[in-house]
Amino acid sequence: MALFKPKSLQKLESAVEEHIKTTGMTEEQLFSFAEHDEEESEKTAYSNYSYWRSTWQSFKRNRIAVALVIVVTGILLFTFIQPFLPGQYDPNQVNNDPATGVQYRNIPPGDEFIFGTNSIGQDLWARIWAGTRNSMMIGLIVAAVEALIGIITGVLWGYVRSLDWFFTELYNILDNIPNTIILILISYIMKPGLFTLIFAMSLTRWIQMARFVRNQVMVIRDREYNLASRTLGTPAGKIITRNLLPYLVSVIMLRMALTVPEAIGSEVFITYIGLGLPTSIPSLGRLIDDGRELMMSASLRYQLIFPTVIVSIVTISFYIIGNAFSDAADPRNHV
Amino acid sequence: MPIEGYFDNFDKLTDAQIQVGLKEMGLTDPMPVQLLHFFQNLLQGDLGVSRRYRTNVPVTDILKTKIPISVELGSLSILVSLLFGLPLGILMANHKGKWPDRIGTAFIVFVQAVPAVVYFLFIQLYGTTLLGVPLLFKESDPLCWILPVFSMALGNTAYYAMWLRRYMVDESTKDYVKLAMAKGVPRSRIMSRHIFRNAMVPLVQYLPTSFLNTVIGSIYIESIYSIPGMGGLLVEVIKKNDNNMVQAIVLLYATVGVIGLLLGDILMTVFDPRISLARKGGMR
Repeated sequence: MALFKPKSLQKLESAVEEHIKTTGMTEEQLFSFAEHDEEESEKTAYSNYSYWRSTWQSFKRNRIAVALVIVVTGILLFTFIQPFLPGQYDPNQVNNDPATGVQYRNIPPGDEFIFGTNSIGQDLWARIWAGTRNSMMIGLIVAAVEALIGIITGVLWGYVRSLDWFFTELYNILDNIPNTIILILISYIMKPGLFTLIFAMSLTRWIQMARFVRNQVMVIRDREYNLASRTLGTPAGKIITRNLLPYLVSVIMLRMALTVPEAIGSEVFITYIGLGLPTSIPSLGRLIDDGRELMMSASLRYQLIFPTVIVSIVTISFYIIGNAFSDAADPRNHV
Repeated sequence: MPIEGYFDNFDKLTDAQIQVGLKEMGLTDPMPVQLLHFFQNLLQGDLGVSRRYRTNVPVTDILKTKIPISVELGSLSILVSLLFGLPLGILMANHKGKWPDRIGTAFIVFVQAVPAVVYFLFIQLYGTTLLGVPLLFKESDPLCWILPVFSMALGNTAYYAMWLRRYMVDESTKDYVKLAMAKGVPRSRIMSRHIFRNAMVPLVQYLPTSFLNTVIGSIYIESIYSIPGMGGLLVEVIKKNDNNMVQAIVLLYATVGVIGLLLGDILMTVFDPRISLARKGGMR
């Protein structure tokens, strides 16, 4: 028996003795395993932290962004509902005056045609909603393709070391050619159409996403928990989908949200230089280009103003939502 | 490439004539042979002849007359964007969270998100009446230069302002700023001598991108104002389906873009001695 006991040990012993006295348990009972009670354990810790709930909480605090989400979903829904509303015209139908048989050319906005008609008598209201639908669809498809290819290659690039060299060189080549030049070239060589446009836009865009994913994967692939998973024999596929990808959701979502306005902008650009979609597929770019040709006469300017207003609302909304979301999704901004 | 882009009178030709024509131009050869011919000619400065834009005029001759004005316009617009973007960024950082910052942010978001052609068109529409200049460009009239240069500068102005503001805000929380304040250095001096200087270094890495923005912007601006430069020409020859012209201009734009990026990288080593291109490893 030691004569000298450190102070901390004395303290511990006296605490145990006191505990025996107050609870009336024997020493043996006191040192047996306790049963794990989830509710009990959660009382003390700051718990049930859920990544998505916290993200949503911080996102909600940004009033403007929430309002814009509602606006964008509203617009998107409306573009699908609009054709089924009563009294709508077909966006490609040329409307003739039943009395004279002459086309309704450049009718100003009014009761009959809500946004007026264009220079060959098509209903601008119908064209604008169809155009918004097509443009937004292009944006969303490009974003989806970018995410799909970008994630797959990015994970390979970051996870498989022997591929690093290959993808890095590929990145150096692709990233140095201006995107717009590739867009122009592809659209020029191939037949204009929806597929060409989406293909041209997605052709090199994914490499940016891949690089983003790759950098993140490189950072976290050798963290202790992944090392542990690997030593325990977890297959690589499971490590990637369970340990790595959830970590990347916010980055991926941000890039997707920013791709949509960029894709809409590219569509407007490519239509402007004369390589866009055929006239039978209305799009915001086509409408702006049609409006541009008539902008010199003040009475016809509505044909330029309506599509530009819509395009501005949609692109600004996506831009702000994307940025607000990335702020909210950053765990450092959580409680 | 669209076949009709190789002939100036495609509509009147029969199929047999088209085949003969293609053969004469060497376009029925296998792809590697064509490529070899193309690069051989390219090295000798021969980009072929224009077919539909101006029949049988060498592409290089046409480009020669168009390049100077584009270069002039581009450099002027970069100058203007630096002249406005940097002060705007400083102003926003100085009044962080107050009205100048909010208005500036709204401006930046607008310029970055909305497709450029939208505000270019409205600037042309209302700007020309405001200044009392004709809608289309006249090289001799200096008033005519204002709108194109400013429209082209808008994107980069927003870009510079955004990044300078961000870096200045980042820098202003650092310890050396606190020390300077504790020493009693006046606020304006801290801003100009300490924060601004350090914030400029990372800003340099955005020069290549802004260079590209200018190049792309020129396509819009020159065709909107009918400026006789490269960008306007590109739109015109695309609409006319002139293959050789499109090929040459796209090649030129790509070269300019790549050289711009390279220059940006070199410039960065000048501004920030910690970065060296020779060192291995790590990517941009």
